[in-house]
Amino acid sequence: MKISLDWLTQYVDIDTEPARLADMLTMSGFEVEAVSDPWTHLAGVVCAKVLEVRAHPDADRLKCCKVDTGNAVVSIVCGAPNVTSGMNAAYAAPGTVLPAGEIITAGTIRGQRSEGMLCSASELGIGTDASIILALEDTTRPGTPLAEALGLSDTVFEIGLTPNRPDCLSFIGIAREVAALTERTLRPPDTEPVQNAPDVRERTSVEIRNPEMCPRYSARLLSGVTVGRSPKWLERRLLSVGLKPINNIVDITNYVMMETGQPLHAFDFGRLADNRIVVRTRASEAEKTFVTLDGKERAIEDDMLLICDGKAPVAVAGVMGGENSEITQSTTNVLIESAHFDPVSIRKTAKRLGLSTDASHRFERGVDPAGTVYAMDRAAALMAEIAMGAIHSGIIDEYPRPKAIEPIRLSTEKTNRHLGTSLDSSEIGRLLQAIGFKVSAVISDTHGEFDIMDVLAPSFRMDVIRPEDLMEEVARLSGYDNIATTYPAIPARTRPPLRSHTLKEQLRDRMAGIGFNEAIHYSFTGKNAGILEFPEGDPRHAELPVLNPLSETQSVMRTTLIGSLLDACQKNLSRQEKDLKLFELGKAFYSRGTEALPEEQGLLAAVWTGARRPASWHEKRSPCDFYDIKGVLESLFSDLRIGDVTWRATPVDRCAFTRPGQSATIHAADVELGVVGEIKESIRKQYDIGQNVFAFEIVTDRLFGLVPEDFNFSPVPRFPATSRDMTLIIDETLPAGDIVQKIGEMNVDIIENILVFDVYSGKPIKAGKKSVSIRITYRSHDKTLEEEPVSALHQEITEKLITEFGADLPV
Amino acid sequence: MEKSIEQIKTDALSEIEKAADIEQVRTISVRYIGRKGLVTQYLRDIPKLPADQRPEAGKKANQAKKAIEAAVEDAIGQLSRRKGPADAVDVSLPGRPVPDGTIHPVTRITREICAVFERMGFDIAEGPEVETDYYNFEALNIPKNHPARDMQDTFYVSDNIVLRTHTSPIQVRYMEACRPPVRIVAPGKVYRCDSDLTHTPMFHQVEGLLVDEQSSFADLKGLLTLFARQMFDTDTALRFRPSFFPFTEPSAEVDIRCVICKGDGCKVCSRTGWLEVLGCGMVHPAVFENVGYDTEQYKGFAFGMGVERIAMLKYGISDLRMFFESDIRFLRQF
Repeated sequence: MKISLDWLTQYVDIDTEPARLADMLTMSGFEVEAVSDPWTHLAGVVCAKVLEVRAHPDADRLKCCKVDTGNAVVSIVCGAPNVTSGMNAAYAAPGTVLPAGEIITAGTIRGQRSEGMLCSASELGIGTDASIILALEDTTRPGTPLAEALGLSDTVFEIGLTPNRPDCLSFIGIAREVAALTERTLRPPDTEPVQNAPDVRERTSVEIRNPEMCPRYSARLLSGVTVGRSPKWLERRLLSVGLKPINNIVDITNYVMMETGQPLHAFDFGRLADNRIVVRTRASEAEKTFVTLDGKERAIEDDMLLICDGKAPVAVAGVMGGENSEITQSTTNVLIESAHFDPVSIRKTAKRLGLSTDASHRFERGVDPAGTVYAMDRAAALMAEIAMGAIHSGIIDEYPRPKAIEPIRLSTEKTNRHLGTSLDSSEIGRLLQAIGFKVSAVISDTHGEFDIMDVLAPSFRMDVIRPEDLMEEVARLSGYDNIATTYPAIPARTRPPLRSHTLKEQLRDRMAGIGFNEAIHYSFTGKNAGILEFPEGDPRHAELPVLNPLSETQSVMRTTLIGSLLDACQKNLSRQEKDLKLFELGKAFYSRGTEALPEEQGLLAAVWTGARRPASWHEKRSPCDFYDIKGVLESLFSDLRIGDVTWRATPVDRCAFTRPGQSATIHAADVELGVVGEIKESIRKQYDIGQNVFAFEIVTDRLFGLVPEDFNFSPVPRFPATSRDMTLIIDETLPAGDIVQKIGEMNVDIIENILVFDVYSGKPIKAGKKSVSIRITYRSHDKTLEEEPVSALHQEITEKLITEFGADLPV
Repeated sequence: MEKSIEQIKTDALSEIEKAADIEQVRTISVRYIGRKGLVTQYLRDIPKLPADQRPEAGKKANQAKKAIEAAVEDAIGQLSRRKGPADAVDVSLPGRPVPDGTIHPVTRITREICAVFERMGFDIAEGPEVETDYYNFEALNIPKNHPARDMQDTFYVSDNIVLRTHTSPIQVRYMEACRPPVRIVAPGKVYRCDSDLTHTPMFHQVEGLLVDEQSSFADLKGLLTLFARQMFDTDTALRFRPSFFPFTEPSAEVDIRCVICKGDGCKVCSRTGWLEVLGCGMVHPAVFENVGYDTEQYKGFAFGMGVERIAMLKYGISDLRMFFESDIRFLRQF
C-alpha cells in the first residue's frame, strides 16, 4: 500500500520528519518497507524556453526549434502541434530515462540535429495528455528543475499491511493511526452533496436476492455529467500512488476508494436495462460467460455474486465491472455503487477467476459496512464539482443485514497480566479512544479507579472481537519497547528427551565422524519409481503427488533418498569432484490416497564413489568397494549396539537400484532394515554417472526400535585366550558367513570370537571352490584353558563343518 | 697463478666451516679438490713454474689438499651427527589422512538453536511434514478462505492435505497430547510454493512454545532476548515490532541489530540497521480453545524462526540455494 505524505496531510497535520514518522508507523505495526519520492524520474527534466520554431525542411509534421535550457541553447526536432515560439516547456536532456523506460538520446531526425526532447505530461508520467507537449507558466525561469516548477515534491511510504488491518487500506485509515501516534486530530473530508435533481427513488431501484453475500448496497444517481480528463491535481494524486488515470468519473471512484477504503463502482446508468439493479447469482445458461471491463471473457459459476440490471449481469460483484456498462465518453448519467459484500464470497470468486483487483483485495479482507454512504456521498460531491453532474436527491440504501457490534469487556488487571505491563485503566482507555474505540467504565475498584471497562470497537475494526484483540491494540499503541523485559520462571524438566531425535543426531555425528558429508535435498522429486527400477509391488511405487508443483522435477514426494543423492553425485562429478561420500537423513512419504495423510518413514541413505581414502603419499589410490560401504553400516550398528545383523544377498528380482551380486539386504531381529550395494549400471546411466557408486539406504524408524535402552558391562577376562585356525575348501557360492553362523549355533561357551581372516579362490584350488580360513579364539572365564582339550574341541568343530558343508581340507 | 695456494686453502676452510649441510660441503669439496677444482688446477700448473719454485709449491699444494680433505671429512661427520638417527621421519610430510566428514550448516544451526532452548528447559518435539488442513491452518485460527492464507503459498496434496507451511502444527499436536506446562522447540522442514533468489520451496524452521499459568508478553521478550544473545553476540540489541499472525495475539516480529554493519545500515539489512529473524506472540485464545486448554487458566507464547536465514547471517552465505545443491566444495566447509 502506497501512502503519499502530501496527500495524507489532507486528513491530518504532519509536523514529524518523514524518517521519524516511518519509524513510528513501523513500530506500531505498519511496517514501512520503503520510502521514496514518486517524482525522482523527473530528475533530468528542466524548464526550457522555446526561442524559435521553424518548419522542418523534409517533414511536414515536424518542426525545428531552438530552445534555451538555462545553460545552453540547443536544437530540437519536435512533432507536437502546440510548440510555439516563446512558450515554456519541459525539456529532457540526452541521458534522461522517462517512466516508460525510454532513454533520451541526441541524434539526427531526417537530417536535422536534435539534442533532447520536449515532453508531454504522459511521457513525463505526471498526466494522461500525450497529444501535446506540456506548457509551463510563462514566468518559469529556464533551467529550473521541472519538479520544482510544478511543486511536485512528495514522499511516498510503501507500507506492508498485515491482512488483519483492511481499514488501513486507505488514507483516512492511516491518517487515523498517524493522528493517534502524533497526538493530532483526524480531519476526514466533509461530504455535503448538493442535491439538485429529482429523487433517486423515482428513477431506479436496488433489489438484493442474496443478502448473505451482499448485506448492504447503497447507490446514488447523477445526471448530466461530462466525462473527460480529470484535473491535474487528481491525476497526480493517483499517479503518486501508482494508479493510472482513466477519466474523471472512474478516477473519482478510485480516488475515494484510496481515501476511504470503500471500493466504488460507477455504472453508465443509460446502459442499465429497466433502470435498475438486481444483486443475484447466475440465472441462466447465457450468463455462464461475462466480459469484464478489461475485455476478457470470464467463466461465471453458480455461486458467484453478480450485479445485474433488469435483464443481464453488469458486474462481477466486488471484483470488476462489465464492459457492457462501463463509463465512456458519451456517458451522461452515472449510478454510483457503494456496497458491502461477504469477504469469503468475494475471495472465492476472485480466486476462481484468477482476478485480484483493488476492490476484491479490500472486500475479501473486510470493508467497513457502515462506510458505504459516506464514501458514496464523497464521490457524488466530487463528480458534481469536477464532471458537472447534477445529484439526484435521496439515496438508495438497501441494508438487509445490519451487523450489530457487541461491546467487549476488558479487565485492566488481565491486560497487564497478559502483557506484563502496569498500565492504569485511564491510560488503556485513552489509547483505545485515540483510534476510534468507545470506552465506558463498568466496575470501579475500592480506590475509585475502574478496572473493568466495556469497549465498543468502531465498525471498521472487524478484526477486534475478543479482549486479547484489545490487549494487542493497547500493547501496540503504548509501544512494545515500553513493555518490560522479564524472564519466565521455568521449573525443572519433567519429560524424557525425544529418543528418535537424539538417535538421529547420533547417526549424523557417526556418519560425519567416518568421513561422510551431510547433504539435504528437497523432499519432492520427479517421478523416480521407474528410473530407480523398483520391483513390482514395491511400496516405493506409492509416490504422493503434489497438486501444484513448481516444476515436473518437484512433482511427487520422495519414497527414497537415493535418487537425490545420485543427482548430487552427478553434479559434483561434472565439476571434477570424483571422490564423494555423502549422506542424508530424511523422510520417505508413501501415499495412502489423497484423502489420508501419507505414511512418513525416516530414512538414512549414503553414497560412496571414487577413492577409498583421500589421496596421499602414503598409498596408491584405490577405489572403494562393497566392503567399504558395508563397513560403514557395521560401524553404525555397533555404535547403536544393534547385534545379530544378517546380510543376505538380495535376490536378483528384488534388486531395485542395487546390482545383483553386489547387493545385500540387511536384517536384524527379523526386521528388514534396508539394502546396501553397488548402484546398477543402467541406473548410473540414467543419472549420467560414469564411475561405480556404492550406496545404502536404511529405515531409521525400524533401526531405532532395535536400539537397546541401556546395556550391561561385561567383566574383563582374567584368564588368557588361545586361538586355533582352520582352512576349509568349500563351494565358491557358499557364503562364508554361513560357516561363522554355524559355529555360533554350536553354542560352545568358550568360543570368544570367530574371525574370517582369508578367503581365496584360484590355483591351486579347484575351479568352483574357494578356501576360507577361520580363526577361533577360545577363552574360559574361570580357568586357563589347556592345550589338549581345546585342540580336540577345535578338531570336532572342524569335522562338523566338513560334514555340514561338504568341505574339504587343503591338501 | 693469481691466488696464492695459502689463500685458496684459507678460503676453502672458511667456506667448509660455514656450510649448513652435507650437500654444501660436497659442493665446496668439488670446487677445490675435485677433478677441475682450484687446488687440483694449481697442482697441474706447477710444471709451468720455474724449476726452483716447483718443490716448494708442490709441497704447499699437497698440504693444502690434505688439509681441505680432512676438513671436508670432519664437516660431513659433524653434520651427519647433527642429522639424527637413520630412521628419522620427514616431519614435513602430511600424516596418513583420517576421513573427515561434515554436518550440514542447516543441521548445525538447528542444533545450536535447539541447544539454547534445551539449556533453558525446553524439550524437542517433532511432527509430520505432510499435514491436514486442520492442523496446518484451521486449528491455528486460519479458516478456509481467510486472506491470512495468502501469507503462505501452500503446496496442496488435496483440498484437505497440504505440505506443512510452517512448524506450527507441531504446537497443536503437542498440546492435544500433553497438558500444561508445555515447553517445546520443534525443528523441521517446511514447504512453500515459492522459488526465487530469496525463497526455496523447502526450508527449515524451529518453532517454540511455552504454556503455563503466568507467562506474559514481557516474559516472551525476555526469553527471546536471552536466546538472541546466546545465538549471536552477548550484546545483541533486539527490536520487537507489532505484526500479525492469526495464531498469536499480540504478535511481534523480532529484529536484531544488523550483525554485519552493527546498525549503520548496509546491503544485508537493506540500510535499516535491523535484521528480521523471528516471529512470535502470545498464543491466541482460539488456538487454546481448539486444543481444549482453559483460556482463563493458561497463558502461553510461541515463536518461530527460519534456520537458513540464521545460517546465512552466521556464516555469511549470500545465496540461499547453496544449501540444497550439495556442492561438495560448499558442504566440506562446515
